[in-house]
Amino acid sequence: MNSKEITTQISEAADSLNLKKWDYGASFSNDYSVQVDKGEAKQLKASQKQILTIRVWNESNLVGITTTSDISKSGIKKALNQASIASDFGNKNERTDFSPLAKDPIEVKDSKKRNPVGIKKLLTLLREAEVKLLESHESIKSVPYNGLSESFYERVYANSDGAFRSFIKSQAALYLYARAEEKNKKPRSSGSVKLGYGVEDIDIESCIKDASNKTISHLNYSFIKTDKYLICFSPDSFLTIINAFSSMFNARSILDGVSLSNKNSIGEKLSTEALNIYDDGLHEKNISSSPFDGEGTPTKRLCLINKGRLENFLHSESTARIFKTIPTGHAGLGSKVSVSPDWIVVEKSEENFDLKTSLDHSTYEGEFVYIEELNAIHAGVRASQGSFSLPFDGWLYKNGKKISIESATVAGDIKYLLKNIVNIESNQEVTTSGISPHIWVDELSITGDA
Amino acid sequence: MLSSQIKSNEIVFGSCNKNLLEEIIFYGMGLGADFVEVFIENTDNSSVLAEEDFITSVSPSFGRGAGIRIFKDKKDGFVSTNDLTKHGLMRSVSQAVEMLDITDNKKREVFNGLDKHRDYSLSKKTWIDEVPSIHEIGEKLLLSTESLKKNNKIITRKGSYSRNLQEVIIASSDGTYVSDIRLHQTVGLNVIASDAQYRSSGSRRFGSSGMPNEFRLWDHEQAANDVFESSMNMLYADYVDAGQMPVVLANKFGGVIFHEACGHLLETTQIERGTTPFENKLNEKIAHESVTAIDEGISEGSFGSLSVDDEGMEPEKSILIKDGILKKFISDRAGELRTGHKRTGSGRRQNYSFAAASRMRNTYIAKGEHSREDLINSITDGLYCKSMGGGSVGATGQFNFAVEEGYLIKNGKLTNPVKGATLIGEAKEVMPKISMCGNDLELAPGFCGSISGSVNVTVGQPHIKVDSITVGGR
Repeated sequence: MNSKEITTQISEAADSLNLKKWDYGASFSNDYSVQVDKGEAKQLKASQKQILTIRVWNESNLVGITTTSDISKSGIKKALNQASIASDFGNKNERTDFSPLAKDPIEVKDSKKRNPVGIKKLLTLLREAEVKLLESHESIKSVPYNGLSESFYERVYANSDGAFRSFIKSQAALYLYARAEEKNKKPRSSGSVKLGYGVEDIDIESCIKDASNKTISHLNYSFIKTDKYLICFSPDSFLTIINAFSSMFNARSILDGVSLSNKNSIGEKLSTEALNIYDDGLHEKNISSSPFDGEGTPTKRLCLINKGRLENFLHSESTARIFKTIPTGHAGLGSKVSVSPDWIVVEKSEENFDLKTSLDHSTYEGEFVYIEELNAIHAGVRASQGSFSLPFDGWLYKNGKKISIESATVAGDIKYLLKNIVNIESNQEVTTSGISPHIWVDELSITGDA
Repeated sequence: MLSSQIKSNEIVFGSCNKNLLEEIIFYGMGLGADFVEVFIENTDNSSVLAEEDFITSVSPSFGRGAGIRIFKDKKDGFVSTNDLTKHGLMRSVSQAVEMLDITDNKKREVFNGLDKHRDYSLSKKTWIDEVPSIHEIGEKLLLSTESLKKNNKIITRKGSYSRNLQEVIIASSDGTYVSDIRLHQTVGLNVIASDAQYRSSGSRRFGSSGMPNEFRLWDHEQAANDVFESSMNMLYADYVDAGQMPVVLANKFGGVIFHEACGHLLETTQIERGTTPFENKLNEKIAHESVTAIDEGISEGSFGSLSVDDEGMEPEKSILIKDGILKKFISDRAGELRTGHKRTGSGRRQNYSFAAASRMRNTYIAKGEHSREDLINSITDGLYCKSMGGGSVGATGQFNFAVEEGYLIKNGKLTNPVKGATLIGEAKEVMPKISMCGNDLELAPGFCGSISGSVNVTVGQPHIKVDSITVGGR
């Protein structure tokens, strides 16, 4: 069944069950991936998957939902039935409706969908990449975590009011994590991830080079003294922190009492005036962009922090209604509709006079800690409290030299971090989760070898 | 010829699918596979969320699918599909064979048909009717959030319930033919407390497998008291000072550190990757002699227990470490094939879309002789980690765990609560420093995410003392 046929099936089944109001979101995907181990194929995977989430509204206008992978005629009818039963327990205190924007035009861009290259080609490319990475340095002994994949998927949203949206995409990913070993030293590991619309768009050589350089750069390591340090966050690590505390911008989290912000926080000064943050799901560099969200609302660019002040919240249909505004295109379909950012873009605003521009990660000669990558986000972030304590990969720069830091954590408070930004470098870098320049923060606690 | 015996062109749960499964496996073996495995799943899940004094979410879901795995020599091809027709399954077998590029179809292993059906589901078919209804769940969750309403500092109260019923059929070319029904229920409570600039949170999760009545027996008042007390104790806590110090880790979920920092390194997937420091340490001392560690799937009702693993093997009780000596690795079929370590009934996967891998089940440090007080009294300056948050282990074995509820130990006594503590270390360095084990072993349920998805597990330990570990703070 294609998406039009499924919509017809749902419509007919809903009629037969006397369900007048419904909507659904669906995704249909075909994925292929390979892993290798020292030149040999290790695991080759293919999957065909379909997921259908149906919501129905009962006569009291309460919503029920069901998710299924069974899109047969009987499966669809069963899903509608279950959703109807679940609607008896619908939330009376926060009613959900169709997005008022579900039929608005969406920004249609070239989806850049590629054709599958096939498992054999994936395997050949990954084998070659593994060999090159192993040959790039004598200390690199293995590539224990590796994979090359390509996915082809369609996403659909439709409702009983006549809204129907769908888009088809492809995406490919390559990850290479190398392990280096030297005598009388601990093994060191690092890697690189590259995304593309298709395998042909992935810069494999650059992924090999990044994985090799990053791994080798950690070969000489040392413990760091526990203390407070001047920190330079890489674009990737700063985006990790912003995403981890995105509940600050999230209207759903505010209503749930788990955000550091409240309904009246718009306009609150969070940071130096030099900081702008946007959510821009349709950004041309966002490989995973989607033209609409789970409720069918068009995706759009939204300013979250403007010159250091909180400018907008992310909304679903129901949170927007409660906040007396319009949905922003950040909803995820569910019994309780979730809200989340798409693609964070960090940049320097025009009001950047108070920045210490001498702080540049490639030229600064003073002592600082460079945080390349933050780890264990799920364990080390207390989003509702604003605190974090996270292990990281990075280097200590001191006396013109840099040395990899062994086993350390950086700890602090997100509000303190944002208020203590002392420089935002000019050059933005594209990562897998957004775009950001390097960001400098004064006085964060690092725990190393005490 | 088996094709003449086919009665059904689609897998039907609750019926005999032997002929169809045999034809699928014969087909794969005929194409030159060394081994063919078919894993078929039918799920019926639901979850309920109570926030403050209302049910805010009820989410049923159901689905079905198949995972086909084919081995040729030491490599494997895995295909998953939602199509359970004969045509769909055959196509998946072809796809897996094609991926492996099998051309030598002369030198093939022999498939002699499926063995007698081992049906572990016979006594479990009524479970779906015995689990509590959505009404019953909702009422009890609302009682639990009501029990959390103890003062005006509690600003967020949540109770959540999740039930997963999974029916599986496993058939493979070594004759394995198994059916089972698995039931997992879990319930959690979360609060956020706030007073002026102070904030704290508390959470607890409870879970069981194969016990449809267990949610009804859950003592929600005791759970609410526990969570409330924890959040209030931590509300005004100061940040801990970083440093090296002795720590006492509480029982139950304190075992998450052993699970993450050591347990994963004893899975054969880590040997395959060459990422465990214990690869060549069998029968060598890797931990303090006070440490005996076990992984098993047989404790009745425990969250990680199974009648049969996802490769059709009954789970065994594996003594991983005995008195500090490494005795065994946790192994699945691929692990046995690639590393030589015998299977332990630990082949597990989140669902049909993952190939099984060697995964922990109920994993714990065995009890010792000491009381909790003995451990605390032995420390002059240190940290008591009463409740652990999550954690992770890096690619080279460093671990990092958040302490959700911690107290300073001064001169053998518990003193001030402290927040923001993180335990940092490496298993091979920390294991020899576990010098005392308490006599109060208890288990706690959790979810473990790894190569084959998220699976239900139990972690556990008695109170243990680590002589020295890095504590991250401010």
